[in-house]
Amino acid sequence: MSGRPRTLAEKIWYEHVVRPETSVSPAVLYIDLHLVHEVTSPQAFAELRSRGIRVRRPDRTVATMDHSTPTTPGARYRGASSPLPVIDSQAAAQLATLEANCAEYGIPLYTLGHDRQGIVHVIGPELGLTQPGFTIVCGDSHTSTHGAFGALAFGIGTTEVAQVLATQCVLRTRPRTMEVRVDGSLPYGVTAKDIILAVIARIGIGGGTGHVLEYTGSAIRALDMEARMTVCNMSIEAGARAGLISPDDTTFEYLAGRPHAPVGPEWETALARWRALPTDRDAEYDRSLTIDAPGLAPMVSYGTNPGMTIPVDGLVPDPRSLDNAHDRPALEKALRYMELDPGTPIAGQRVDVVFLGSCTNSRLSDLRAAARVMRGRRVAPGVRMLVVPGSQHVKHDAEREHLDDVFREAGAEWREPGCSMCIAMNGDSVGPGQYAVSTSNRNFEGRQGPGARTFLASPLTAAASAITGSITDVRSLIQQ
Amino acid sequence: MSLAAHRAEPFGSLTSTAVLLPHDDIDTDQIIPARFLTTTERAGLGAHLFADWRFDRDGRPRAEFPLNVERARAARILVAGRNFGCGSSREHAPWALTDFGFRVVVAPSFGDIFRENALKNGLLPVALTESEHAAVVRNLARDSTLTLHVDLDTQTIDLPGTRRFRFPVDPFAKHCLALGVDQLGYLIDASGEIAAYERTHPSTVRTLA
Repeated sequence: MSGRPRTLAEKIWYEHVVRPETSVSPAVLYIDLHLVHEVTSPQAFAELRSRGIRVRRPDRTVATMDHSTPTTPGARYRGASSPLPVIDSQAAAQLATLEANCAEYGIPLYTLGHDRQGIVHVIGPELGLTQPGFTIVCGDSHTSTHGAFGALAFGIGTTEVAQVLATQCVLRTRPRTMEVRVDGSLPYGVTAKDIILAVIARIGIGGGTGHVLEYTGSAIRALDMEARMTVCNMSIEAGARAGLISPDDTTFEYLAGRPHAPVGPEWETALARWRALPTDRDAEYDRSLTIDAPGLAPMVSYGTNPGMTIPVDGLVPDPRSLDNAHDRPALEKALRYMELDPGTPIAGQRVDVVFLGSCTNSRLSDLRAAARVMRGRRVAPGVRMLVVPGSQHVKHDAEREHLDDVFREAGAEWREPGCSMCIAMNGDSVGPGQYAVSTSNRNFEGRQGPGARTFLASPLTAAASAITGSITDVRSLIQQ
Repeated sequence: MSLAAHRAEPFGSLTSTAVLLPHDDIDTDQIIPARFLTTTERAGLGAHLFADWRFDRDGRPRAEFPLNVERARAARILVAGRNFGCGSSREHAPWALTDFGFRVVVAPSFGDIFRENALKNGLLPVALTESEHAAVVRNLARDSTLTLHVDLDTQTIDLPGTRRFRFPVDPFAKHCLALGVDQLGYLIDASGEIAAYERTHPSTVRTLA
């Protein structure tokens, strides 16, 4: 299409406008794919039922169970005769409600026991449901994950879940765009997780509010799809509802042959359309920032939000050294909660629990990275390590490579898929006052359990820290 | 489970005392911790609002927490710090706030998803400039019995005495909030246009046999 150069975000936006935005009303925006899970959907289905409305496009809707599901090793659902160790009757009722709602409205459900069940943001891409140029929503803020495929994907609340079930549309004003350019080669031991933590540390947890972040540059191009998902996943931790990466051959190769991806002539048609999606040369973003990949180090959070993050060889900041006095109370409050002393090295801090999992870092490449560090080593005495694959499919692939043996032999727990200790609503939790190194996305107070303290890090850093029992620079354990 | 369709209560104006919780970056995990999200209802979450700040590990109220002061029960306005409601998309956050009795949150800025969820639930996010916000916080810190007046029509908030601050509200959200208009009805009215769009935009998701 000729005319003004456009960004990827603009191209997707205008392709999905059912009714244009005006000065007094938002656009009606069409949604290609609606992902549903048990926690944020029951009230939406109840709303439809109360009004006698059907689901408009069950064929564009896919449900899974992930948040409140048990991950107890071996606890796979085998029918009503072998009930699962769900944390309590309310959580069990929530799972049953999703099952009943999907049955009533004809929505495909990857229920517990299904061999494709898993975390919603892991199975969408895995099944080929997530495709370039799509608009994708889910009642979950980490829907930004799917932006890795060049899809405009964002989290919505339950009222909007009902709106999308009923009309396949949302009401939206066009978001602004911010380019996050990451150029150069990543140093050894530095991963996608470290890129996104560095971005959030740089712009702050409100820095992307109102924007879609588009990640560009040679360091992003060099990432595989799973690493790109890790980057886009945490866009919301910078306040941006969506993250985007222009699709390329890496994207198309990942998608080819996936169960829901187009085939034959339809694949060729789709491919031609996808190749026109990347941001045009000379297209303008509302804001831009550049990060130098060779200057990055493995990152670890020290505080109570993902912006409070430093390189693993850094020192816990001192509130007295902050330029902006306004920020002092927040840092003091965070360090009080974390019981960390200003000015001390983050490396060497005690660790009680290590969690490898979540929609950020639970894919095969994440498990392989951690296994590479842990092979032939033991988890430090007194440290509990949970390895929770993102889906049954990831679990199966990992077991085929015997990664489960590596983790088990090291003394870690190899568990069933789910959100698990990232959100700690299924019984997997960090104890009060305990320190966890976690490959998840949020280190908010109590996120991993009341009183729990979280250090966010990459799978490499998590594995290294599990071995030593304290926060460890992985580069000291494995050679290039 | 209530079978009545959910409708937000219309918002006009209100005069109320306020609860001051001026921390920056109060995330939705603080507003309503995840372990309370296994409910299938909207109602009742006010009991767990700010649960981990409000109660100790044994479930006893922490006397010093602002929501546990007797006067807080009558307050309809919460005054918080920057980036209020950052984090997850859980609509349980505005549900918990409104169930407790809040109709207004005043802050210098809000998390995007929270702000939109709030507006759909009759909870008005009032974004003030840093200096205006600082004035509100200063006055409330000096006198916790102060009443504030918030008016949606004029988009203003009054500090007793002389100060009046204007705040922005998206015109469509304002219309819906003022009349308790249901956005689902608005979208359903667009069904013809949606059907026309669908005819020209077939899905590329291959359904499984």
